[in-house]
Amino acid sequence: MDQSAFILQQIVNAIFLGSIYALIALGYTMVYGIIELINFAHGELFTAGAFIGVIVLTGLQSFGFVESHFVISMIIVFGLAMAYVAVLGVAVEHVAYKPLRDSSRLAALLSALGMSIFLSNGMMLSQGVSDRAYPPVFGVQGIDIGGAIITNGQIFIVLLAIAMMIALQLFVHRTRLGKAMRATAQNRTMARMLGIDIDQTIRITFMIGPALGAAAGVMVGLHYGAVRFDMGFIFMIKAFAAAILGGIGSIPGAMIGGLTIGAIEVFWAAFLPSAWKDVTTFTVLILVLYFKPSGLLGESESEVRV
Amino acid sequence: MVRQELKKLVIYGFFLAIIITPMVGFKNNDFDAARVLQTLAVLIGLLVLNLIVKLVRSKRPQRAPGHKAWGERVRERIEQIPKVFTLGGLILITAMFPVFADNYMIDVAITCLIYITLGLGLNIVVGLCGLLDLGYIAFYAVGAYTYSLLNLKLGLSFWAALPIGVVLGMTCGCIIGYPTLKMRGDYLAIVTLGFGEIIRLVLNNWDSLTAGPNGLFGMQRAALYYPTFQDGGLSWAVYNIKSLPSLYYLIYIIVILTIIGVRRLDNSRIGRAWVAIREDETAAELSGVPTTWIKLLAYALGAGFASVAGAFFAAKLSYTNPNFFLFMESCIVLCIVVLGGVGSIPGIIVAGIVLIAAPEIFRGLESYRMLAFGGIMTTMMVLKPEGLIPAKRHKREFIETKSNE
Repeated sequence: MDQSAFILQQIVNAIFLGSIYALIALGYTMVYGIIELINFAHGELFTAGAFIGVIVLTGLQSFGFVESHFVISMIIVFGLAMAYVAVLGVAVEHVAYKPLRDSSRLAALLSALGMSIFLSNGMMLSQGVSDRAYPPVFGVQGIDIGGAIITNGQIFIVLLAIAMMIALQLFVHRTRLGKAMRATAQNRTMARMLGIDIDQTIRITFMIGPALGAAAGVMVGLHYGAVRFDMGFIFMIKAFAAAILGGIGSIPGAMIGGLTIGAIEVFWAAFLPSAWKDVTTFTVLILVLYFKPSGLLGESESEVRV
Repeated sequence: MVRQELKKLVIYGFFLAIIITPMVGFKNNDFDAARVLQTLAVLIGLLVLNLIVKLVRSKRPQRAPGHKAWGERVRERIEQIPKVFTLGGLILITAMFPVFADNYMIDVAITCLIYITLGLGLNIVVGLCGLLDLGYIAFYAVGAYTYSLLNLKLGLSFWAALPIGVVLGMTCGCIIGYPTLKMRGDYLAIVTLGFGEIIRLVLNNWDSLTAGPNGLFGMQRAALYYPTFQDGGLSWAVYNIKSLPSLYYLIYIIVILTIIGVRRLDNSRIGRAWVAIREDETAAELSGVPTTWIKLLAYALGAGFASVAGAFFAAKLSYTNPNFFLFMESCIVLCIVVLGGVGSIPGIIVAGIVLIAAPEIFRGLESYRMLAFGGIMTTMMVLKPEGLIPAKRHKREFIETKSNE
């Protein structure tokens, strides 16, 4: 493979990885925007989605449904995984975050962290410590563009991710519920006075954000072919870096951030020692937080505080 | 009220069933109903138990104002006994421990004491200063690796390497602390997490220096030198701290010194400045607390204690490896601080013993350990954020706010 094709291939991979990071980062950004709390359990919700995906997919495949009705089975897999994680997200919110909404930030963060440890170990106990294999559904064939190969799976996943992001953007900006969400994020007290049901709005945020994470989990499983109970951790940090880089609270920011982090990781692994690629992501995260904590598209810090 | 609670129970049970069924049922490709039912039975049993406790409590007559819970009364009783007896007795019993315990028990006790040192160090950062540090175990790693490398490459003894390790740990604390000073609580948590992972990854990947995932081994143990007058003159004999009882005494002394240090710090001007920052940073700054320096100091001192524990750990095992310093370890230490009560020294000691020794006693339930730790963390924060044994200063704050009402 010549150099230009190699670089093209890396760009393809970066877009692919970036859209997955962006999807997870969206969940963070939404939750952070509305209750100003890092949802540490988000990585675990993502993993739970991947597990449900593999369970449903193997179930469907065992009686040959995937081969005969591919689109319907994908809708079922993604739908069930997202629905399950939406329920789980609401449960987590109800148990760990809601009682602490008005207490100190440290308490809320510790509670979130506890929930993350709890869920991750719950999945370890219920699903085992080893990798769980995803049935291969896409095969290896794909399109050849100037020497770079885009597999059918990658095309499908990227298109689905983009569709979800557009749907989310429309939901937040065009619907009543989305408006309620934005109002709650801006000023909770004022929103309550205007008759918005705050509890309901937060609950819906905790359904949509984790559901997007679950979709990303299924995508990761489909592409890499395996899920593991602790894979949420590394994806959580990467996605968080993406959310920060784009500006936390901003939906287009999360997309840009995700693509940037994906690109940094892929190109670092391609040209520099790949063992250090995670160190690079963490360093980027720290540098962004130090020099521009509001991110690329976020509101400035002072505005958020007021 | 009973009806309402029962309705809640049914709803919770329903949601639990939805959450548990697919996750627990399909470990392999066929559905395992027995497993689901067992898990559900345990969880719903817990819910019912909680409901019963709640009902019994609500039936009990209202307490007179000024009535104290039994924990409070026990505490007051203990405080009435002269300190010489209570503290002296505790020190005596713990010091005599290796005499009547077997090797396994001593080994567990040493692990407990290491974690207590770590908990007390983290307590400075999280408990006193209110900064959430999720990469704390990195300083433990710094201590362990500093001693290992200095001993293996330069042949330095434990006592010579210890101060260097502490200084290096404190420097790392400042390096990590400095960029995070301006940040808000939750960003800080992520950045410290990132730093902790960076240090672990560096240890894992820098093969030429740290031997990567294989780890370093063959370090000398800590040694004691004592004078002898054999062969007609004064000479120094070496006693290697290798046996478990001697290691126990070494870490025992470290813990005692840490307790004294943290206590003195807590009651000092610096300690009050930390608490002021924890309660309201802006107000503290306006009252003339140099917040930047005081926060850096918290990081540095916390890191210093962790590196002492790390150096001891490396000398004890004579082996280190990056996988000893995973993120989970930071969580365990954090859980000790949270369970014991943020800012409370006796609380952390009790929590350290409970959380580290209990999994050893219930060996069969080993794999549930981290699940329990996570559950404890959330439950404590929701139900009793001040911890099992609340710090005195905290308690005073609670009483004051109550009397104002």
